[in-house]
Amino acid sequence: MSIEQEKPADTPKPVSKLGNFFITLYHVFGFIGRFFKEAFLPPYEFKELMRQCYEIGYRSALLISTTGFITGLVFTKQSRPSLSEFGATSWLPSLVGIALLRTLAPLLTGLIAAGKVGSSIGAELGSMKVSEQIDAMEVSATNPFKFLVATRVLAATITMPILTFYTAMVGMLGALLNVSVNEGTSATTFFQSALENITFLDIIASTIKAIIFGFTIAIVGCYQGYHSSKGTEGVGKAANSAVVTAMFLIFVEEVVCVQIFSLFNT
Amino acid sequence: MTSKNMTDFSAEKVIEIKELDKAFGSYQVLEGANLDLYKGENLVVLGKSGTGKSVLIKIIVGLLRPDSGLVNVLGQKVDEISYQELLDLRLRIGFSFQNSALYDSMTVRDNLEFPLVRNRKDLTKSEVNALIEEMLDAVGLAQTINQMPSELSGGQRKRIGIARTLILKPEIMLYDEPTAGLDPITSKEINKLINDVQERYHTSAIIITHDLTCAKEVGNRVAMLMERRFERQGSFEQIFNSGDQLAQPFFDYNFIQ
Repeated sequence: MSIEQEKPADTPKPVSKLGNFFITLYHVFGFIGRFFKEAFLPPYEFKELMRQCYEIGYRSALLISTTGFITGLVFTKQSRPSLSEFGATSWLPSLVGIALLRTLAPLLTGLIAAGKVGSSIGAELGSMKVSEQIDAMEVSATNPFKFLVATRVLAATITMPILTFYTAMVGMLGALLNVSVNEGTSATTFFQSALENITFLDIIASTIKAIIFGFTIAIVGCYQGYHSSKGTEGVGKAANSAVVTAMFLIFVEEVVCVQIFSLFNT
Repeated sequence: MTSKNMTDFSAEKVIEIKELDKAFGSYQVLEGANLDLYKGENLVVLGKSGTGKSVLIKIIVGLLRPDSGLVNVLGQKVDEISYQELLDLRLRIGFSFQNSALYDSMTVRDNLEFPLVRNRKDLTKSEVNALIEEMLDAVGLAQTINQMPSELSGGQRKRIGIARTLILKPEIMLYDEPTAGLDPITSKEINKLINDVQERYHTSAIIITHDLTCAKEVGNRVAMLMERRFERQGSFEQIFNSGDQLAQPFFDYNFIQ
């Protein structure tokens, strides 16, 4: 399969926006289908996969640490007045633990990764497309989809759950700081209280959400970059679309996931 | 400046193109184009910008699909073979891009190593290193081995691009505008390199250009792409001296004697 065969730009121009939407949808599903084929059939690009896992984790770690810590700290601070009205400030660790693990950590990590990793993937692949580096891989008998797309999508899918639990942990440290200063609670008491109401389903649900978010961010970034039009403007558009589309999809997926997992909770 | 020997037409055809059509939407780029490349020859494809020269070699290497017509490369019909067969065929074809298309996140060494380690798994690490050094020597840029592409000049990038292509020892070389954007001295060095590659590695080559000096120095034969097909083919002198009404304006405009 040559690049041209899967390029949306080569399809006949549809007459309506709706038609255009369905044509794009068809190409997106074709792209996703090709990912599953290329990712799980040999030969495998282990070295590049490891490099991408490191890059994605490393690129996001500092920002995630800062954002996670601040979120935990601020969330605790803002929740205290409401709980103290009922004399229930002792519930703070539990509230923060559940909020972080169930929603805040996956969502925050997803949104940060969409901005940081999604834009980077979109711009990198877009730039490679524009400067014919992807074509150069094709003609040197290397499958660029396997090397560039499959590795990045797999790496983001693997790395996102790790980053999510890392965010939750750092967020709890932020919350601990606030609770320790205000209530003088010890770390052991805080974590016992924070973790006692977290169920196995919460952990599974967060992991699944993180996997879905990671896959979405990378597949959107790769799709936009791989199909960016010629020129530097195309690279900018690819990076921008990668972020905007991934963020939108993450919110939609969050709503769907919450609905599905709430069925199990009841 | 001397021209090269004319093509040996008794040699085997390594590329055969018949009645090739290609359009992008309503814009017809190639229509009924016929072209043969004989073993061991350097064939220069001359033509104005936008006449489909680059499209032609992208079709040959399977980056673009023809609308109709026959494209036979080393005995295989490019648009009819499977993707794996196409990848195998590409190992026998080298493609030098107009803008070099070096992987800008990799060093020169990694650029050369990239196609090698993926396609020649039989080679040991020391054999890979030896091949990289041989190719860099062949293009006269052994000292750049640890540099990044952004640190190289335009001419150096072209040479590294050619070295990366040569490392798989292809039978056919496709050069897309090898001297575009280069000063005359560097262009001359690239022309010499193309001739060296032909002699040293016994390649057959299609050289896409609108640089007449390049055409004269490297081409055993010249094919002029005009009006969507190859209207004139022959030695450089045959076309230059023909007084042909279609070809002459191109020569008058382009050539400084």
